[in-house]
Amino acid sequence: METVCICCPIGCRLKIEKVDGEVRVSGNSCPRGKAYGITEYTSPKRVLTTSVNTGTVTYTLKTTDAILKEKLFDAIAEIKKLKLKNYNLGDIVIKNLLNLGVDVVITGVLKEV
Amino acid sequence: MVDVVVIGGGPAGMSASLKAKQQGASVLLIDSEPRLGGILNQCIHNGFGLKHFKEELTGPEYASRLEKEVKEAGIEIMLNSYVNFIQKNMVYVITPNGQEKIDCKAIVLCAGARERSAGEIYLKGKRLAGVYTAGSVQKMINFYGKLPGKRAVILGSGDIGLIMARRLTLEGVKVEAVLEIMEHSSGLRRNIRQCIEDFNIPLKFSHTVTRVVGKDRVEGVYYAQVDENRKPILSTEKLLECDCLLLSVGLIPENSLLPESVKRNKFVIVDDERQTSEEGIFISGNVLHIHDLADNATEEGEIAGKFAGLYSQGKLEKFDKVNLSFSKNISYCMPSLINKKNEGKFTIYMRANANFLKKNILVKCGNEVIAKKFCIGITTGEMQEIEVEYSKVKDDIFVDIEE
Repeated sequence: METVCICCPIGCRLKIEKVDGEVRVSGNSCPRGKAYGITEYTSPKRVLTTSVNTGTVTYTLKTTDAILKEKLFDAIAEIKKLKLKNYNLGDIVIKNLLNLGVDVVITGVLKEV
Repeated sequence: MVDVVVIGGGPAGMSASLKAKQQGASVLLIDSEPRLGGILNQCIHNGFGLKHFKEELTGPEYASRLEKEVKEAGIEIMLNSYVNFIQKNMVYVITPNGQEKIDCKAIVLCAGARERSAGEIYLKGKRLAGVYTAGSVQKMINFYGKLPGKRAVILGSGDIGLIMARRLTLEGVKVEAVLEIMEHSSGLRRNIRQCIEDFNIPLKFSHTVTRVVGKDRVEGVYYAQVDENRKPILSTEKLLECDCLLLSVGLIPENSLLPESVKRNKFVIVDDERQTSEEGIFISGNVLHIHDLADNATEEGEIAGKFAGLYSQGKLEKFDKVNLSFSKNISYCMPSLINKKNEGKFTIYMRANANFLKKNILVKCGNEVIAKKFCIGITTGEMQEIEVEYSKVKDDIFVDIEE
């Protein structure tokens, strides 16, 4: 398959193929691109970011690592259930989100919104 | 009295403040919002900071890192305050306590950009509720938790439009289509991949909105294919039902604060130190030209801040300047004047007029090539940069993309 690396703004054009049972990536210009290519071929993953507004404070959040692409909508629904109060930047608000092995962490606290 | 006033607390303004402070200047940083960070605060997606912090961050995280540095450096911060007039050595600001006049030795303008509006693209139809700029919807969703509608059409495929297509989809809004008048997107390739293709959102190139219809709010848009002159081909016009239209049709530097005496061309004319034709007034970030990345705006803020700091301390050395011009393959280069220094390097930033494959960027001084860079792919959407040694600059410079 041919795709574009999403690891950084360069956007390398990747070619990914399976040769003798091994996934081979070409077109990448760094090791991150190779790792991304292999995951993209086998089980595509994405980092999820969203925000939760509590009326007075808005918390912005992200998953600590990429999660399976097909789980993005389930994950956002789970995060939207949160009742957040008195959290700070960097606090973990969900541990092991939907058993996907990643946490949800606060990336920003916007007061007076 | 303060040495340097920095206007705008986004990435460029915060880094400018830090660098000015490092030169021994006293610094006042002013922003109209209740917090520092500027637009970064509403850009909750990741992908920031790989260049500046060598780490992948979201917009708010990137902002808070710089904010921490600004606070630790002892920079004076004035929030909720709007600068409405500047002239050499003087800034007028409206604060929650009334208008104040601030005397200073140097000014760095980092006021960012604004989004091109419906009127500016001559959008036809009634003035209906439901027409927004993409950035205002970004703020609406990410700050206030409010959605603009249930079915959206996005006009323009710049990065903000692409990011919003994904954001709306994840929030349960159906994105009916992203329409782009050009044959290609001006956004980053990775955003086409992760924001559009990931969610199977229709992206139609060479298409535009011909008119917006509805009674009080948007009920749909008519759209059509465009010809090679970007004129709609009316026989291809179709109706697309939706209840909101997002515009991602370009950013315009918000430089109206600059005194009229500041020389401009297509952009404000600055030298490699980001000083304008008015001594003591410096400018950097999106208010000068639109950057692809917050990291690049940060970098430019550092340049302006450093030299504004030196200027305010009476330590800015004067040099003769040369002009920088460029070929028709290039849309613009920044900066347009270069100080003839003896040592060190400077960077020329440029945007191409068309897409090129496997070409060299050449910087010439007379017949001599003083810098050369091979690029696998050059696109109109992506800013290019090339480093040049000051010592090689003897006369006016010409930049070209080798055919």
